[in-house]
Amino acid sequence: MASNRDWTWFYRLGSPRWFYETTGRWLPWLWTLTLLLLTAGLVWGLGYAPQDAKQGNSFRIIYLHVPVSFLALAGYYLMAIAGAIGLIWKMKLSYMVMKSAAPIGAALTFLALFTGAVWGKPTWGTYWVWDARITSMLILLFLYLGVLALQYAFHSQESGNKASAILALVGTVNIPIIYKSVDWWYTLHQPATIKLTSAPSMHIDMFQPLLMMIIALYCFYALALILFTRAEILQRERKAAWVCELALQADKDSAGEAEE
Amino acid sequence: MSNIGFTAYLKRDLLLSYRRLGEAASPLMFFLLVSILIPLGVSPDPGRLAELAPGMIWVMALLATLLSTEGLFATDHQDGSLEQMLIAPQLLALPVLGKVTAHWLVTGLPLTMVSPLIGLMLSLPPVAMVPMMASLAVGTACLSLIGAVGAALTVSLRKGGLLLSILVIPLYIPVIIFGSAAVQTAVDGFNWLGPLAILAAMLCAAIALCPLAIAGALRLVSSN
Repeated sequence: MASNRDWTWFYRLGSPRWFYETTGRWLPWLWTLTLLLLTAGLVWGLGYAPQDAKQGNSFRIIYLHVPVSFLALAGYYLMAIAGAIGLIWKMKLSYMVMKSAAPIGAALTFLALFTGAVWGKPTWGTYWVWDARITSMLILLFLYLGVLALQYAFHSQESGNKASAILALVGTVNIPIIYKSVDWWYTLHQPATIKLTSAPSMHIDMFQPLLMMIIALYCFYALALILFTRAEILQRERKAAWVCELALQADKDSAGEAEE
Repeated sequence: MSNIGFTAYLKRDLLLSYRRLGEAASPLMFFLLVSILIPLGVSPDPGRLAELAPGMIWVMALLATLLSTEGLFATDHQDGSLEQMLIAPQLLALPVLGKVTAHWLVTGLPLTMVSPLIGLMLSLPPVAMVPMMASLAVGTACLSLIGAVGAALTVSLRKGGLLLSILVIPLYIPVIIFGSAAVQTAVDGFNWLGPLAILAAMLCAAIALCPLAIAGALRLVSSN
């Protein structure tokens, strides 16, 4: 019996309504935390961290580039795990999380590539090189876009869910193989003139704001994922009684405000 | 007979391709035709062609395989025989593997067979001919297996072809890296068995895992 009770949290987690109401209580806190951390990290990193000896001020884009790249990668695994949970336990909510993670991840990957290109121009004199890590990020972007495209290709929500979950899982098995082969490919074709991996150990004064930005971006990711998932829940559960009640309540509130 | 589904579907698909030879030959024609475009588009200079040949032959083989994967399950889905396969009592992965093997026998293997001709026309050095054939033989089998996952996912979509290529090309990347690397190392005069061994390892992994993913994806089609 005890083991049965231990699992109830898991099933409650699968209820879209429970998720919607609980995260609704978290949201104000999460907003505050994210905004505080983002502002503090950006001001600290862009304004107060010491200049880089070689790159001057242009290195400061690292405070956006590195955290964004972290989350672009981590987001794929989160999406795939959510898809796997959906396939195994047939949980509606985890499919919604998976669907919400795809556009966020694609946007973060694009941002990582974009900030990398902007950083590359003053540092290496070129926007784009076929470096192992850059190429892998580009492939990751297409993996995300594939999941997104498949999700929207089906008329039936159910098939779109399952198909993109399977694709995300296939992608997960492949990501280490792709990374390793791109790495190997790069060592074969490495151009001798550009050295990209010049990452000497960072000074602590530069590292602290970076750490703060990484935490801030994790919070931002959580916030974005929750907001996307909540929108998805309302969209998919629009025929459920509790969503109708919610809509009526919101209608009443706005009418009341208008009268005042 | 545990492999009964495998051989039955292998024979059936081979027979079907034999009855529609024109359709089965089109990836091959595509491969030959695109190879004409390279000297026309780049340069007929043998030196430059030889430099491009290892990569170009692999890119063309990849595209030819990709084009043919769309039909792997589509006709079966249209005429309903896919459903028969799904409700059969055997493990679904075995008939699926039979179908993919048949697909490789009618696309990958012929591509491998004519590749020396293309190599000759693109002035690939003679030392690289055997490595090219070996890497194409192993690599196209990988491509068929991976492509079949995409084909199974998109089988119920009306315009699945373009989507299929978006899904599958990122997954093809390791294969093309090691496939063209095998040819390139042979051109450079090194031992090419290393990249080929990695390609073979990928094939082993694909044989073990892809049929399961394909079976899962096909079940999904039947459930909606």
